[in-house]
Amino acid sequence: MIAELGLAALWLAAALAALQMAVGFMAVRNERASELAGLIRPAAIVQGVLVALSFAMLVWLFAVTDLSVKLVASNSHSMKPLVFKLSGTWGNHEGSMLLWVTVMGLAGALIALVERRLPERTMNATLAAQGVVSLGFYAFLLLSSNPFERLPTPAAEGMGLNPLLQDIGLAFHPPTLYLGYVGLSVAFSFAVGALLTRQVTPDFARAMRPWVLGAWVMLTVGITAGSYWAYYELGWGGWWFWDPVENASLMPWLAATALLHSASVLASRDALRTWTIMLGVVAFSMSMVGTFLVRSGILTSVHAFAVDPERGTFILVLLGIFIGGALLLFALRANTISEGERFALASREGALVFNNVMLSAILAIVLLGTLYPLLTEAFDVRVSVGPPYFNPVGAIFVIPMLAVMAVGPLLRWRQDRVDRIGREIALFAALVLAALVLFGLLADIALLPLLGLAFGLGLAVASLLPLRRRKLGRTPLATWGMVIAHFGIAVALIGMASESAFTKERLAAVAEGDSATVGPWTIVLQGVEPVAGPNWTAIQGRLAASYDGDEPDILTPQSRNFWAPPQQTTESALVTRWNGQLYAVIGDRAPDGRWQVRLWWKPFVPLIWYGGLLVALGGVLALLGRLLSDLRHRRLAVRIAERRADREAIA
Amino acid sequence: MSALKPKHQRLVLVVLALVALIGAGLLAAYALRNQASYFYLPEQMLANPPEIGQAVRLGGMVEQDSIETAADGVTLTFAVTGNDGSRVPVRFSGIAPDLFVEGSGVVAEGRLGPGGVFLADNLLAKHDENYVPRELQDMDQHQAAQMAEETTVGLE
Repeated sequence: MIAELGLAALWLAAALAALQMAVGFMAVRNERASELAGLIRPAAIVQGVLVALSFAMLVWLFAVTDLSVKLVASNSHSMKPLVFKLSGTWGNHEGSMLLWVTVMGLAGALIALVERRLPERTMNATLAAQGVVSLGFYAFLLLSSNPFERLPTPAAEGMGLNPLLQDIGLAFHPPTLYLGYVGLSVAFSFAVGALLTRQVTPDFARAMRPWVLGAWVMLTVGITAGSYWAYYELGWGGWWFWDPVENASLMPWLAATALLHSASVLASRDALRTWTIMLGVVAFSMSMVGTFLVRSGILTSVHAFAVDPERGTFILVLLGIFIGGALLLFALRANTISEGERFALASREGALVFNNVMLSAILAIVLLGTLYPLLTEAFDVRVSVGPPYFNPVGAIFVIPMLAVMAVGPLLRWRQDRVDRIGREIALFAALVLAALVLFGLLADIALLPLLGLAFGLGLAVASLLPLRRRKLGRTPLATWGMVIAHFGIAVALIGMASESAFTKERLAAVAEGDSATVGPWTIVLQGVEPVAGPNWTAIQGRLAASYDGDEPDILTPQSRNFWAPPQQTTESALVTRWNGQLYAVIGDRAPDGRWQVRLWWKPFVPLIWYGGLLVALGGVLALLGRLLSDLRHRRLAVRIAERRADREAIA
Repeated sequence: MSALKPKHQRLVLVVLALVALIGAGLLAAYALRNQASYFYLPEQMLANPPEIGQAVRLGGMVEQDSIETAADGVTLTFAVTGNDGSRVPVRFSGIAPDLFVEGSGVVAEGRLGPGGVFLADNLLAKHDENYVPRELQDMDQHQAAQMAEETTVGLE
């Protein structure tokens, strides 16, 4: 019964999305239809409620492990811990797509409830565009991926969830990324709405900005968490593989980063109108391309789950309609959008434009590298594109971007002279040069990590300069956000460079009681014992690791066997110190009874993820700052209106 | 420097963006054409070996009864076979992936050493039921077809 109700709610929500779309477009085209336009906001709100109900019902079915539902039977198991039963709801194709439309529906409802800045026509056009995008995904779910499908006869037991996904980090990783993707779909709807009514104004950018900021924060958190998950769960000791699935989340992040900055220019300086619209379209296109790559099975990847070529075709068609339609509209309307404010090349806007272009170039490089294997496969040549391509080619554009990022925020809006900030530029250059010379002479480091360390250190100092000579308590939250986010980039960069420059690795076969060393660590294998969990058994090594003769820490790496579905996973063990992480993995038993142990000493590696979190924190602060100042403006507007009304009443 | 005229400003921006994007595209195309990590089947590696020391990938089936562990306990030697009986010996130091077993597909990342032994830095095996290295996607089918041929009596 619950499953049928869930499906019914989904159909109703789809019908409301269709209504939202039809009435919205009518109201934009024809002033007389504006009586009907009163329906649009309520339709968006009810649609959000219905789709959320539908999703809640699916979560319920997973919570009680209703094995008469095909999706539950093929992705869950009664023996699984509750938290993974719940996360199993979106740990599969149908469920994650339902989560997608749910977030989208709720976002639409929220816009309909709170957004009052935009002219009514633009608002209608935006909600109509949102209706189109939602409707595409509803059709996808209802026609090809019904999550509520029943089995003819209920299964006796479920198939289980892929053990790699049975991890608390991964349970919440996909929803985070989806919130990011969906936030960008809202930005897309705003861009299309503004194009339809030709109202590309600072108000439009201010309305769109919180959505872009929110999406960007979610993507940042998602990418950071995903990277840490891959690092400790896969047992390979690496944190980024340039895997297509990772690139699928990086590409929208790059586009969203560019969009965020250009939307800020539009909001505060009324410049970069067409460029912002273009990025709004591109950012969501990258979410769709990412979804397509991950979902279609066209590129296999360690992270891809629940792939199906037929569904890939469906997403490809949606992608063609949405992106093709938006680009066509853009081509028709772009030259009718009037000029924004002018600015000199040497100005804050100029620096932002430069970095926007660099981000776009990096995006192009990642996109080409990700799609290239598909292209060559058409000619029957199989190629793997990996770090030897992405790292050096990307660095060519990352390095100038870092330099401009360090000094750009010190420039004034509209017009400035570069020599005014000469001292700051000299400070940055001196720091970078000093670090280059110091590390270049002292350590034997490859070029890229060396550049990473030098620019990271330079940026870390330079990113704090905008706070100079300011009363810190009265500095706007948005400025704090920018400073912290830029500082976070520097921190992450230092972590990445340090990991690749200074990592020590040791592979050894050790008998119980024997020791091995890696970097400053001495590790003794105390024993190996069998252990069991709720749905797995494992071989667990007990390692006593002491840093430079200190009191030892006990590490317990495992090699786990899951039985539903049968699969082996490697559970790494970590010791984190202020100056780095020791990473241990236990392998097979050699014929003579010794155990394979793989150890890495990775100086300052946690900075990669701390940096990512700082970047996200910066985004959160900027978002809070914007929302608070919006609220203040709104209150002010209300007060002015009240006063005017009072005065009129007196008169 | 004074603010540019609107027309010029737009032109400068468009030119800058185009130059950067075209530059990125050309650079990417050039780098991808020289992408070092090419994929070899054993028969290709024997017929037309890559230069010694060049980073490549070798993919095929792990030969039955060929996996041996060296005295240090961490070095594996085994042979990778292709579709026509050609075989390449491989040496690998490290912890083999969970699903690395004889008679199953593998991709070895590394380089050809002197003496025709492939020195692997990394082994990619079937990761779980959902993931097979892309180069190995057809490998199981070859195997299945071969097995069917060998074990079915009266098949012409």
